[in-house]
Amino acid sequence: MTSMTPGSTVASATAPTRPRSSYWSHLKYVMSENPVTGLAFGLFALIILAALFGPYLVPHDPLATGVGAALQPPSLAHWFGTDHLGRDVFSRVVVATRLDLLISVSAVAISFVVGSVIGSLAGYFGGWTDRITGRLVDTIMAFPLFVLAMGIVAAAGNTVENIVYATAIINLPFYARMARAEVSIRRNVGYVQAARLSGNSELRVLFGHIFPNIMPPMMVQISLNMGWAILNAAGLSFIGLGVQPPSPEWGIMVAEGANFIISGEWWLVIFPGLALMLAVFTFNLIGDGLRDLVDPQRRT
Amino acid sequence: MSLALKARKVGLRLLEAIPTVIGILVVCFLLTRALPGDPAAYFAGPMADAESIEQVRRNLGLDQPLPVQFVNYVTDLLTGNLGMAISTGQPVVAELATRLPASLELTLGALLLSFLIAVPLGVMAATRPNTWVDHLCRFLVTAGVSLPTFFTGLALMYIFYYLLGWAPAPMGRIDMMYLPPETVTGFYTIDTLIAGDWETFRAAIAQMALPLITLALFTLAPIARMTRAAMLQTLGSEFVRTARAAGLNGRRVLVTYAFRNALLPVVTTLGMVFSFLLGANVLVEKVFAWPGIGSFAVEALVVSDYAAVQGFVLSMALLFVLLNLLIDVIYTLIDPRVGEES
Amino acid sequence: MTIPLLDVQHLSVDFATRNGTVRAIDDISLVVGKGETLGIVGESGSGKSVTSYAVMRILDRAGRIAGGRITYGGMALHKARERDMRDIRGREISMVFQNPRAALNPIRRIGQQVADVLVQHSQATRGNAREKAVEMLRAVKIRDPEQRYDAYPFELSGGMCQRVVIAIALACRPRLLIADEPTTGLDVTTQKAVMDLIVDLTREYDMSTILITHDLGLAAAYCDRLVVMEKGRIVEANGSAELFHGAREAYTRQLLQATPRIDSEVRDLLPAALRATAMPLPETHDVGEPLLTVKGLKKQFGKPGADNGHLAVQDLSFTIREGESLGLVGESGCGKSTTSAMVMRLLDTTGGAIEFLGEDIAAIPAAKFAAHPLRGKLQMVFQDPTDSLNPRWSAAQSIGDPLQRLASHMNRQQREARILELAALVGLPVNLLDRFPHQLSGGQKARVGIARAIALDPRLLILDEPTAALDVSVQAIVLNLLEDLKHRLGMSYLFISHDLNVVRLLCDRIMVMQNGAIVEEGNARQLLAAPATDYTRTLLAAIPHPPQAAAND
Repeated sequence: MTSMTPGSTVASATAPTRPRSSYWSHLKYVMSENPVTGLAFGLFALIILAALFGPYLVPHDPLATGVGAALQPPSLAHWFGTDHLGRDVFSRVVVATRLDLLISVSAVAISFVVGSVIGSLAGYFGGWTDRITGRLVDTIMAFPLFVLAMGIVAAAGNTVENIVYATAIINLPFYARMARAEVSIRRNVGYVQAARLSGNSELRVLFGHIFPNIMPPMMVQISLNMGWAILNAAGLSFIGLGVQPPSPEWGIMVAEGANFIISGEWWLVIFPGLALMLAVFTFNLIGDGLRDLVDPQRRT
Repeated sequence: MSLALKARKVGLRLLEAIPTVIGILVVCFLLTRALPGDPAAYFAGPMADAESIEQVRRNLGLDQPLPVQFVNYVTDLLTGNLGMAISTGQPVVAELATRLPASLELTLGALLLSFLIAVPLGVMAATRPNTWVDHLCRFLVTAGVSLPTFFTGLALMYIFYYLLGWAPAPMGRIDMMYLPPETVTGFYTIDTLIAGDWETFRAAIAQMALPLITLALFTLAPIARMTRAAMLQTLGSEFVRTARAAGLNGRRVLVTYAFRNALLPVVTTLGMVFSFLLGANVLVEKVFAWPGIGSFAVEALVVSDYAAVQGFVLSMALLFVLLNLLIDVIYTLIDPRVGEES
Repeated sequence: MTIPLLDVQHLSVDFATRNGTVRAIDDISLVVGKGETLGIVGESGSGKSVTSYAVMRILDRAGRIAGGRITYGGMALHKARERDMRDIRGREISMVFQNPRAALNPIRRIGQQVADVLVQHSQATRGNAREKAVEMLRAVKIRDPEQRYDAYPFELSGGMCQRVVIAIALACRPRLLIADEPTTGLDVTTQKAVMDLIVDLTREYDMSTILITHDLGLAAAYCDRLVVMEKGRIVEANGSAELFHGAREAYTRQLLQATPRIDSEVRDLLPAALRATAMPLPETHDVGEPLLTVKGLKKQFGKPGADNGHLAVQDLSFTIREGESLGLVGESGCGKSTTSAMVMRLLDTTGGAIEFLGEDIAAIPAAKFAAHPLRGKLQMVFQDPTDSLNPRWSAAQSIGDPLQRLASHMNRQQREARILELAALVGLPVNLLDRFPHQLSGGQKARVGIARAIALDPRLLILDEPTAALDVSVQAIVLNLLEDLKHRLGMSYLFISHDLNVVRLLCDRIMVMQNGAIVEEGNARQLLAAPATDYTRTLLAAIPHPPQAAAND
C-alpha cells in the first residue's frame, strides 16, 4: 500500500503542470485555426499601449488649437488632418483611447462584480432572493437599454461618472442573468453535492466550487460586453451627454465632425469613427476567440 | 391544443406584463425625483425667487410624501399629462404622438429589412459550414455589432450623398419638393401607396434608404448570428437525424424539422434586438435629422427639457413592453410547450 | 443461411478531427440474412453505432466511408447518390435511436411525424395519412391512438416516445430495422415491453433486424447471431448461444465474464488474472448493532399541505446494521433517489426520523449538516463519475477537499499522506493524482470519487447507481473494489440501483420500492429466488435472459 514516494508526487499534485500545457496547446490550436484571433490580440495590445502611453507619444497637444490651419485634410504634418479649430486630429484620436477605455472598463467591472454576485446568489438559493433580483433585472430589461442610460444620465447629471454608472446599470442584467443560469444548472450536479458532503458551507460551495466553473463563459461575456460598453458610452457622448468638449473622446469628435461631412471634410468623422470601430471590433473578436477557446462546440 | 387553451396562455402572458409596467412607472418616477438639485427650483426656472420656487413645489405636489407623489404621477400619466415641452411649448404627449409614426416607420422598416437578409443568410451559413457564405456571415456578424450606428450613418451619407450624389439631402422624412401624403397610418410609405402617389412614394423611400440601411446593418448581426447558431444546433439534433434516417426529403427536414425549431430562439432574440434597435434609432434620427421621437429627445436634452426627456423614456419603455408582449404571444402560438413544463 | 439482405465487406470509416484523421471503423465485414436478427455488441468507443450510420449513410460531415462495400439487396449503398439513399431510408432500411424523447421533433404532433414518413414514401396521400398514421400508432400499442395523434412528444413518457419512434421506423414496412441502443435509459420493465414490441412487429412484418447494444445479455436474449466489436474492429462473430457459452476470443470472454448473470458472484465478474490476485472474501460476515434506523420517512414536493403536493416518499422505515449492505431497488421515479438524498442530509424531510449513530439527524436542516461532526461518517458515491468531479480540480484536490474541510486536526503533510494512502486503497496510480477529470478514464474517475467518499472513514456509504454510467468491464472492477473496501474498512452500504442483478452482487438484504413505498424486503438470495410480490416478479422477469446452453437448437 505504501510502495510509493509521497513527497514528490503530492508536491506536483498541488502544482499541476500538465493541464496548463494542454491549455496552451489548445490556445495555440485556436490561434492557428483562426488567425483572426491572433490579429485581435495584436490590436488589443496596440489599444492598451495607446491608452497607457498615448499622451506621451502623440506629436501635438490634443487640446491645443491652431497647431495647423483649420480643416486641413490629412498630410504628412497632420496624419489625420486638422479640425475646425486647427487641432491635430491624430493626437486627439490617440489620446481619446484612455478616456473611452476607462469609462467602459470601469462600467463593465462594476456590472460584472455586482451582476455576477446577485445572479449567482439568485441561481443558487432560488426562492425570495431569486424573485427579488429577478424583478430588479426584469425592470432594467423592460427599458430599451440605451434609452434608459439616456434617462439616467439626464436625470442624475451630465457627468462622466454618471455615464459610467448608467453603462454599468444597463450591462448588469447580462451578467446577472448569465450567472443565474450558469449557477442554477450546476447547483445540484454531482460535484456540488459531493462538495456539500465534504463539509463545505453553502457559500463556499457557491463561490469555491461553482463560481470558478462559470468563469469561462463569463469571460466571454465580459469581452463581448466591453465592445458594447464602448459603443454605448460613445453614443451617449455623441448626443451630448457625459464627456464635454473640448476633451478628446471618439463619440464627441464624431459629433463635432458630423457638421462637416456634408461639405466633404470626411476626416473629422472617419478617423475617430474608425478608431471606435476598431476598438469595439477587437473586443468582439477576442470574445469570439475566447468562446472558441472555452467551448469549441458552441462556436457560432 | 385547443384554441381556448392558447387564448388562456396568451391572457396569462398579458397579465404578466402588469408588474413590468409598474416597475417602469416606478423607475420613471424615481428618475423625475433624481434631478440634480431641487426639482422645484429646476422647474421654476433660473430666474425664480424662493417664493415662486415654493409655489412651484406646491403646484407640482413636491411637498407631499413620496407615495402620494407617485399616485399623483400615475394619475397624471393616465390622463395623458406628461407636462409641457419647453422647446416647442406644446404638450409632451402631443409632440410624441405626432413624431411616433416617423420613428416606428424607421424602426419596423429596418427590422423587416434585416430580418429578410439575416435569416436566409444565417440558414445558408449553417447549412454550408466553412464555405464563403459561412465566412461572409461570420464576418458580417462580428463587424455588424462593432459598427457605431452614428458613424455608419455619417459614412454612408458621405459616400452616397456627398461623393456619389445618389441620396437626397439628409434632412427629414421627405424631400422639400414633395408634399407629405395625407395621414392615414402616419407611415409615409404606406400612406403614399394608399393615395396611389408613386412619385412621392419613391421620394419617401429614397429619403428613408440611408437611415434604414444604417439601422438594418446594426440589427442584422444579432439576428444572423442567432439564426446560424440555432440552425446549427437543430441540424445536429437527434430529431433531425431521425427525420433523415426516415428518408424525409431535404426540404422537409430543413423547413419543418430544423428551421421551425430554430425559429424559436430567433424569436426570443427579437426582444434584445428591439432593445438595441430603439436605442440605435435615437442616434440615427439625430444623424439624419429624422423628425421622430429620438431626435425630439436629443433636442430636449440640449436645452435640459426634462419633462420631454422623461416622456420620451417612458413612452419608449411602454413601446418596448408592447413589442415584447407581441413577441411572447407569437412564441406562445408557435411553441406547444409554453406553460406546460412541470 | 439464405441470400444476404445486407452485406458489408471490409468497411472502413474515417473521421476528420483536429488531431488528424481517426479510423473509427477498421475493415469490418458482416452479413444480415432475411428474417434474421443480428446483434452488434461493444463497449463505448467500439464503433458499433458508426457502423449503422455508415450503412444508412447518415454520418456527420466529419465522417466518411474510407473503404469497403455495403450492398443491400443488390444495391451498392456505399456509392449510392443521396437522392437514392433517401428512397432507401425509411422505406427499405429504418433506424430506431437511443434517447427517444430527443429523437422526436419537439414542436410537431407525433401523428404528423408518422404521417410525414408515410407521405414521403408514397404509402399514403394527404387524404388518408392521418388514418394510416393512427393505424401505425395502434400497431405499436399506443392507447387511444386517435387522440394521441395530436399529442406532442413532451406529453408522453419515454417508453411511449420510443413506441412513436418505432412507428416512424416501421411505418413504410422496411425490410431491415437497425435499432441503436433502443432501450438504454429506459426502465427494465419498459425495456422489456419495447424489445418485445420490436421482436413481435419485425416478425409479423417479416423483417431483418440489427440490434446495437452495449448489453451482451440483452443482445444474446434477442438475437440469432452476435458480432462483438472493440475499437472499430470485429473481435468475434457467432450464433448467440454458441458465443455465449463458448467464446473463443479473450476479449469476448472478458466481456461475458463481466456481464452479471442471475447466478454470478461479484468475484466472477473479474477477468481471470485479476480474480487470482483478489483478496479472498469471507464466507460469512457478522452484522452488528443498528447503525442507521429510518422511521416513517416522508417527503412531499410542492407546497406543504396542498392537495396537489406529490408524495414522493411515504412512510418509509428500514434499518441498516454495522457491516451490513442493504440494496434499494426500484424504477425511475419510485422515490429511491429522494430517499438517498434525505438520508444523506442533502434534502430536508417532510416527516419521520433518521437515527444515525444514536442521533436523529432528520432534525438537523440539510443546509446546516455540512458542519455537523457526523457529516464525515455519512458519505456517498455518486452515479456519474464525470459529473461528480469538479472539472477545474485535480484528482488530489478533489480527494483532499473533505479532509481540508472536516479534518481540521490534519496539517498539510498529514493531508498529503492521507491522499496517497487513499489513492493506494482505491488503486489509483499516484501519477494520476495531478490530473484533471477530463484527463482520466471513466474507471479512474470512479476511483477518485470513491477515494473522496472514504476519505473521512465513513461508517455508512450510500452508493447511488455507482456503476450506471460505466461500461461493464469497468463496472466489474468498481463493484469488486467496493466489495473489498467494505471488508477492509468495515463500512455499511446502502446500494441504490434500478438493476436487481447488480444490487444482488453486493447486498445482504434488498428492498424493492415502488411509488414511494417499499413493496417487498428480504434476504437477497431468498428475495430473488422466491419473490413474494407481483412487482418484484415483473422486475425479475424483465431482466434479459440469455439463451441456455441446452436450449441451443
